[in-house]
Amino acid sequence: MSLLVWIEQAQGSAVPSCWEVLGQGRKLADALKTPLVALVMGEETEATAAAAAQYGADTVLTLTSPLLARYRLTAYAAGLRQAIQEADATVILTSATQNGRELCAAVACELDAGLAPDVVDLRVEEGQLVATRSIYSNNILVDVTFTTPRQFASVRPRSFPMPEAADAASAEIRELPLSLDEEQIPEKILEVAQTDGGEISLTDARIIVSGGRGVAADPARGFQLVAELAQVLGGAVGASRAAVDAGYIPYKHQVGQTGKTVRPDLYIAAGISGAIQHLAGMGGSKIIVAINKDPDAPIFSRAHYGIVGDLFEVLPALTAEFKKRLGQQK
Amino acid sequence: MKIAVLIKQTPDTAELPKVSADEVRTGDVKAAMVINPWDEFAAEEAVRLDERFGAETVAITLGGPEATDALKHALAMGVAGAKRIDDSQLPDGDIWLTATLLAAAVQAEGEVDLVLTGKQSVDENSGSVHVGVAQKLGYPLLTNVVEIQEVEGGQVRAVRLVDGARETVQVPLPAVISVGKEINEPRYPSFMGIRKASRAQIPTLTPEELGVAVPDSHVRWDRIRKPEERKTQVQIFDGATVEEKAAKLVDALLAEKVI
Repeated sequence: MSLLVWIEQAQGSAVPSCWEVLGQGRKLADALKTPLVALVMGEETEATAAAAAQYGADTVLTLTSPLLARYRLTAYAAGLRQAIQEADATVILTSATQNGRELCAAVACELDAGLAPDVVDLRVEEGQLVATRSIYSNNILVDVTFTTPRQFASVRPRSFPMPEAADAASAEIRELPLSLDEEQIPEKILEVAQTDGGEISLTDARIIVSGGRGVAADPARGFQLVAELAQVLGGAVGASRAAVDAGYIPYKHQVGQTGKTVRPDLYIAAGISGAIQHLAGMGGSKIIVAINKDPDAPIFSRAHYGIVGDLFEVLPALTAEFKKRLGQQK
Repeated sequence: MKIAVLIKQTPDTAELPKVSADEVRTGDVKAAMVINPWDEFAAEEAVRLDERFGAETVAITLGGPEATDALKHALAMGVAGAKRIDDSQLPDGDIWLTATLLAAAVQAEGEVDLVLTGKQSVDENSGSVHVGVAQKLGYPLLTNVVEIQEVEGGQVRAVRLVDGARETVQVPLPAVISVGKEINEPRYPSFMGIRKASRAQIPTLTPEELGVAVPDSHVRWDRIRKPEERKTQVQIFDGATVEEKAAKLVDALLAEKVI
């Protein structure tokens, strides 16, 4: 018996949301009185394995192979199955990143086990794992319990706080030999083109500054002002569907029903009216700030703080003020 | 080449907030229903692959009689055939039962080369059904595909969007592909297409005919509810100048400790 968390790596380092899952995994493992096992796969695993120990894993399993240099479902599913067997894992958790969601589902299906995908809460009630899903575009919540001995869940990023890393860690780190060779992997990666220069992903961001139709007078400058504020705050740039549809900014920045669901600590909406689809995608933010010329914009009914004004004036003023206050912290 | 497109009928995205907890509990959702918007991209891609390479295309759904409307939308777009697996005798949506039935319907079509579907449904958004279909069929899976470059020599070459990169990947056929929004612009059905679709006879399949025994559900759903309305009273910062307003907002955010 154990609870296993997959620590995904991207470009050689751990995906931050996996630590949130491991932190919650620690609490669940304690409640279930079972050991917490972390799994790290990749061409290099040492640094992430050491970090997993610091974040509270009792045991860290590693699979280190050039075959695992990039995520490929067949190879990673084989690795995860090996780890589940090795650790006798009954609860298996991943972060609900694109890869995490896919891997969790694939192995759950293969083992004919119950799956709760993209959950926003996980807890133990009366010795049973209970997962909460947020469905119908975050308009319905449902508690999922499992009827199978093995239980899989992928956890939406930023559902749980980032745990504290301990200075000294005493986890056992164990390497497993990957029982798979290249001939058994049907996916052949021919080319990889990086699309972002190390920018913070929207789903992981603690702070997001988003722009909407309000930039229309000068879209390029508008989004430059959005990006400048985001940069000062160490945050990511988002956008409303209207801004994306108008071609002001690429789709990967879109927040909302047909874009990304985000849950930052701070969401600053500049020139966004607050369509219901947008609110569905960012309503889980801890603090929402609205900047809009129209005092009657629906976004103000969901915001905690607001400034009625033109974003072309307000954003530079905010950026300057934050620079003054934060000094060289950011 | 033979292509199966897996589609679902879902509420229109604009109607999702109106869906009540009771409607989800009973499965009797009263919202205006459409083809799952993500699946529309898959239907479009199937038609385009037919135009490029010549392909036999069929749309498959699991649902009640009303779900034929979603199939007819795919037909009107240019997908050649359609099948509905009847779910009226089934327990509520178990992801793996859905995947098993869809996989069985694909197999019943004969030599299918490609299975296309959207990345998730807008209602239950598990994003897992197609992963299960690939598992049940034993086919390789490519998710979030934004370009199908080539289908030849028993291989498909496609571009996937993954976090921070575009990945060009090749897998042997048959394969399952889930498509992303960037792959195409779905066409509006033509008048002729709509007329043709309205007259189409859509065969119904049952789990028995597909040789699928209904297993016990893998999960239970409890406490279906609406999220609590967040009651926020917005605090608007006033000031003589924009700098003054900004300073007040920064004060508040620093006090909230979210910076």
